[in-house]
Amino acid sequence: MNFGFNEEQELLRSTARKFFDNECPSTTVRTLMEAPEGMTSELWKKLAEQGWLGLIAPEEHGGMALGIVDLVVLLEEMGRAVVPGPFFSTVLLGGLAILEAGSDAQKKAWLPKICSGEARATLAWMEPSAELGAAGITLQAAAKGSGFTLNGTKLFVHDAHTADVIVVAARTSSGQNPEDGISLFLVPKGTPGLAVTLLPTMDQTRKLCEVTLTNVSVGGEAIMGAPGAGGKPLARVIDRATVGLCAEMCGGAQKVLDMTVEYAKIRQAFGRPIGSYQGVKHKAADMLVDVENSKSITYYAAWAMDEGVPEGPLAVSMAKAYVSDAYRRVSGAGIQLHGGIGFTWEHDLHLYFKRAKGSEFTFGDATWHRERVAQLVNL
Amino acid sequence: MDFALTPEQTSFRDEVRSWLKKNLPKDWTDRMRIGSDVPRPEVYDFLRKWQRQMYEAGFVGVTWPKDYGGRGLTFMEEMILHEEIAITKAPPVLNILAIGMAGPTIIAYGTEEQKRRYPPKMLSCEEIWCQGYSEPNSGSDLASLQTRAEKVGDHYVVNGQKVWTSLAHQSDWMMLLARTDPKAEKHKGITYFLLDMHSPGVTVKPLKQITGDAEFNEVYFDNVEVPEANILGGLNNGWAVGMTTLMYERLALGFGLQVRLRIALDGLVDLARRSKKGGAPATKDATMRQKLAQLWIDTEVFKYTGARAVTKLLKGELPGPEASAGKMMWVEGHQRLQELAMELQGPYAQLGRGTKWAVDGGVWQHSFLRSRANSIEGGTTEIQKNIMGERVLGLPKG
Repeated sequence: MNFGFNEEQELLRSTARKFFDNECPSTTVRTLMEAPEGMTSELWKKLAEQGWLGLIAPEEHGGMALGIVDLVVLLEEMGRAVVPGPFFSTVLLGGLAILEAGSDAQKKAWLPKICSGEARATLAWMEPSAELGAAGITLQAAAKGSGFTLNGTKLFVHDAHTADVIVVAARTSSGQNPEDGISLFLVPKGTPGLAVTLLPTMDQTRKLCEVTLTNVSVGGEAIMGAPGAGGKPLARVIDRATVGLCAEMCGGAQKVLDMTVEYAKIRQAFGRPIGSYQGVKHKAADMLVDVENSKSITYYAAWAMDEGVPEGPLAVSMAKAYVSDAYRRVSGAGIQLHGGIGFTWEHDLHLYFKRAKGSEFTFGDATWHRERVAQLVNL
Repeated sequence: MDFALTPEQTSFRDEVRSWLKKNLPKDWTDRMRIGSDVPRPEVYDFLRKWQRQMYEAGFVGVTWPKDYGGRGLTFMEEMILHEEIAITKAPPVLNILAIGMAGPTIIAYGTEEQKRRYPPKMLSCEEIWCQGYSEPNSGSDLASLQTRAEKVGDHYVVNGQKVWTSLAHQSDWMMLLARTDPKAEKHKGITYFLLDMHSPGVTVKPLKQITGDAEFNEVYFDNVEVPEANILGGLNNGWAVGMTTLMYERLALGFGLQVRLRIALDGLVDLARRSKKGGAPATKDATMRQKLAQLWIDTEVFKYTGARAVTKLLKGELPGPEASAGKMMWVEGHQRLQELAMELQGPYAQLGRGTKWAVDGGVWQHSFLRSRANSIEGGTTEIQKNIMGERVLGLPKG
């Protein structure tokens, strides 16, 4: 057993930290978050040059063939820098869905472009019901000739407005088990009947969209895998993406703790640094416990995903439940310990606080995942 | 990152597993709930026997050097051992302060003679140890201790008092911190002694606690003679030696705490299955499911944070922040677990031993009350938070 990162992973971490310090300081984050795209083509190109857009893609498709544990290292650093833009949606949602469910031809068509930065992708799965399980997928895909006609609305779709291809989860049939009858479709940008609206979000570093499909007609080559068999790969994608999100949240929480500790060392009140007061020190210690525990369970879940161990989904839900609450507590405490300055727009803390809140409700909040844990351990 | 076991580790696990299967005392599971935290006095004799059996099978002190009675294995095997103990819900080791603290400290600081004399008898439970640190006016502020030891001829004469001394009434030996140089700065005039509890002048008075049991004691020293040869780690060097002991406490007890928490959690889930809420088992109640699931998550998180500390240790690094988080997490988790056990019982939570109406014979009432000590013993939560704030995060001292 070795519950640590290897040399390559440590190197990836230090490279990524340096990269984002240089390429995405908070001044850049603020510029990017105010632009609808949330990303510049220059920065996107640089991410591609590092090989990070293809980190988990197979080598034959232009990727580096690494695992979720490696991705966790990178995402922790991205969360630390609170990097905006469609990396997450392209690599962990759209890209991973194609990797998981796509045919050889579909992979050949999209993965090399994703790895090189030429194409961006996303996954449209949640609907206005905001239901997380398979039963939430109700968007209709009716067979028509050799193809399908899609009708319905998707919500909370990451970066759909800049995506070159959207993987759409739809229902081709319904049976007793809500997982049966779900199919995944590749819908390229510009397909007639596809409309994307950017939504105003609290966390401006993460762009969310409404996607409506009105009589969208796709050919038989657009379906990924056998009709009705998309439920399982979709669940696997969401589980992996959830671990990735937890890693981002760990990085963000660590950064908030670092900022807060630095501030508590220099900020004076009543003639001494506020960090010397137990009221402040103890809160910082609580933050530390939250951060360290978040990392432990996230790393374990990442390993479980890479190894495909049976308790993988349980590990994922334990991680998301724990980290959702922890990041919220840590980012809230960060604002509190900074006092008034922590509540200003000028200070970076609100970027993290808002990212924590957005992430909390992405892929299920702690309450939802605790219930999933209860089910998985047969309570 | 790899959680898989090597072939050698797998065979060690199998060895532990089959031995436990064969030797686990049949009547223990009924007593198990009694011991979700610290063993109650009525099981001491039973546990003495059990530890000796475990030792003879080679499952106590697995990380200690072979020359001193151990098996010379790594913390990895120690962790595997504890995992198996948790799965089978085997009884804990009684001589916990010797195994967790005194032994490793003697192995680190002792003379060859000391290292050959004491550790083997700790492992076999032949000699039980207690820890003479806290005093009436120096609990958390340990360096302010007042018990003194004065040199007379070739031995030291000890006078003073210790308090909250777990197991002192059962102990043969004590790790004693006493002041040997009253003029030195408070951290610098302290010496670490190995004190024979059967020496003339040692008086042990049990303290009846909130639980009604007497598990802690007051210990009085009235001109107690300790041979000079029983100094551990050098004269006036007791603070450094004592701190090593505390570091081992946090590390070694960490494994045990995780195991006890896991066993208590299984007991709690079982209680929830048997408790009715709205006509159905409490495990089916939405609120209870949330609370139980959170405890489940926290217990697992505790395990993995511990595993990260062990990984660092095996790489030859000192455990980092993840180790200091352990005690606080366990305290918080265990107290919440005991509160939930009370909540599951509703009005029955008020009933203790002595009535047929008491749930599980009233054992939960005992462990609930006992858990209040968790955030005080072995360094209060407030002190732990100061340590984390100052030593890990680098915040200024108050």
